Amino acid sequence: MSELSELYQQVILDHNKKPRNFRKLEHANHSAEGYNPLCGDQLTVYLELENDSVKDVSFEGSGCAISKAAASMMTQAVKGKTKPQVEQLFQEFHTMVTGDPEEEIESNQLGHLKIFAGVREFPVRVKCATLSWHTMHAALNNQEIVSTE
Amino acid sequence: MLAEAKSAESTQAPGTTWDVERIRADFPVLHQTVNGKPLVYLDNAASSQVPQVVIERGSMYLEQEHSNIHRGVHYLSQKATTAYEGARETVKRFINARESKECIFVRGATEGINLVMHGYGRKFVSAGDEIIISAMEHHANIVPWQMLCEEKGAKLRVIPMNDAGELLLDEYEGLLNERTRLVAVNHVSNALGTINPIKAMIESAHKYGVPVLIDGAQGAPHIIVDVQDLDCDFYAFSGHKMYAPTGSGVVFGKARWLEEMNPFQGGGDMIKSVTFEKTTLADLPNKFEAGTPAIASQIGLGAAIDYLNSIGREQAARYEHELLRYATERLSGIEGVRIIGTAREKASVLSFVIDEIHPHDIGTILDQEGIAVRAGHHCAQPVMQRFNVPATARASFAFYNTRQEVDVLASTIEKVIEIFS
Repeated sequence: MSELSELYQQVILDHNKKPRNFRKLEHANHSAEGYNPLCGDQLTVYLELENDSVKDVSFEGSGCAISKAAASMMTQAVKGKTKPQVEQLFQEFHTMVTGDPEEEIESNQLGHLKIFAGVREFPVRVKCATLSWHTMHAALNNQEIVSTE
Repeated sequence: MLAEAKSAESTQAPGTTWDVERIRADFPVLHQTVNGKPLVYLDNAASSQVPQVVIERGSMYLEQEHSNIHRGVHYLSQKATTAYEGARETVKRFINARESKECIFVRGATEGINLVMHGYGRKFVSAGDEIIISAMEHHANIVPWQMLCEEKGAKLRVIPMNDAGELLLDEYEGLLNERTRLVAVNHVSNALGTINPIKAMIESAHKYGVPVLIDGAQGAPHIIVDVQDLDCDFYAFSGHKMYAPTGSGVVFGKARWLEEMNPFQGGGDMIKSVTFEKTTLADLPNKFEAGTPAIASQIGLGAAIDYLNSIGREQAARYEHELLRYATERLSGIEGVRIIGTAREKASVLSFVIDEIHPHDIGTILDQEGIAVRAGHHCAQPVMQRFNVPATARASFAFYNTRQEVDVLASTIEKVIEIFS
C-alpha cells in the first residue's frame, strides 16, 4: 500500500472529511463552475477580489476525496494572494501533478500543496486534483463554466 | 483447426461442477500481477478477456489467410471470404437467426444501434411519431434516438423504473400507441444488472405493429439468445464483451426490415452497380457493410462463440449466477455498502456505493490491490440521476472469476472503509 498511502495521506483525508472554506461566499464578485464529466465531479469557486487580490475565497460542490481536498487546500493557499501570484501557483501545481514522478519538485511556493505530488503516480486522477484550480483560473478570468474534458 | 482441437479438450460433461481453474488457464491475460498483487479482473461488462483459442484464430488469419474479402478471384481472398462468412454462419446459429444474411457485422452494439437509427429511423419515423426507450439505457441507446427525434420532430418516451431497478411494465403498456414507431430497450442493464422481460415487452409492442430493437451488449455474453423465440426485430451486441476482439459485433435484423431499410454507409461492397446517374444496392447482408470490415476481429468473434459452445453456455451462465449471488451476499454484509440495482432477475453486474466515499476513490484503492472495477456513471447518467448518486463502483463478473476473487474484493472494500473512517 506504499503508493496508496502517498496518495491518500492523512492531510488529504482530513480535508476531504472537513473541507475548509466550504460554503457559498455572500460577497463574491467572481465565481465559476467546474465539471469533470468523466467522474461527475462538480464544484463552484467563489472569489471576492479587491484591488486584484483575493480577499476571500470559498467553494461548494461534490466530488472524490482528491478533488475535494485539493479544492479545500487551494482556498487556503490563494487567500491574500494577488492575481498573478495565484496564476503562478496554479502553474506550479499543474506542473507538479503532471510531471515525471522521478523528478524533484523545485517550487518553493507550493508549501503544503506538495502533498499532492503523489497524484503524478495516478494519471487518471490528475483531473481530480486540478479541477478546482482550473475553476479558480476561470473565475479570475471571468469565464463562467469550465470542463476538464 | 486450432480452435477445434482446443475446444474439444476443454469440453465439459454436463452436470459436473464448473472447473474454474481449467477455464482460467484458457485466458492468458488473467495470469499476471498488478501492483504486485494477482490481477482480479472484475470489469467484464466494459470489456471481457480473450481466450487463447480466439487469439490463435486471429493470428492464424493474419499469418495465413489475410486478404480483402468478396472481391479477389485469387486464393487468399477466397480463404478470407470463407473464414469471414463462416463467422457469420456461427453467429447465425448462436442467436438462432433464420438466415445468416440477417446478421450484419458492425463494430459493436453502438454501431448496430446507429445502423438501425439511420436505416430504419430516418426512413420510417416522421414528425409527431414516438420512440420508446427505457430509464435504464446506456447512452448508446439514448443519444441516437434523441438525434433522430430532433431531426424528425418526433418524441422520445421513457419507460420508468422502480427503486429496485425494474421497468414498470404497466407504464410501458400505457406508452404504446399508434404513433409509436420503435421500442428500443436493453436486454440487461449495464449499470444495474437488471434482466428485462424483453419477450413479453416485444409481444406487447407487436400488438401495435411496432418493431423492437434490443440492445444486447450485456445480454448476449450471459444469456442464451434466440431471436426467433424472442421475435425481436433487431438485436445488437458487441464481440469484445463476449471474449472476442474489439471491433467485432453484430446487429441482427429481420430480413423484411433490412430489405426495406435505407443503407447505413455508402461505399464499396454495398452496391451491385454504380454509374454517376444511379447506384443499385447490394443484397443483404452486404447492403449494410460498406468498406473493408474488421475481418480478423469478426473471425475472432466466430472463434469466441465456438469457445463458448465448447465450455457449455448454460453451465457458464449458472456459474456466473451463483457468483453474482455470492458477491451480493458478501457486499451486502459490509456496513456502509449499498447495492444499486436489486432487481429480482439480474446478470453479472454488481453496482455499489459506500457512504461518504466517492466511487473513484474506491476504484483507485481497489486498483492498488490489483482489482479492476469500473467507477463512474457507466455511460448511463440518467440511471445515476434516478438513484441520486453521482457515480457507482461496479464489479462485473465472467465465468472465469472465482469465489476467492469475490473474497478479495470484499476484504479490500473493508480496507477502503477503514482508510476513510
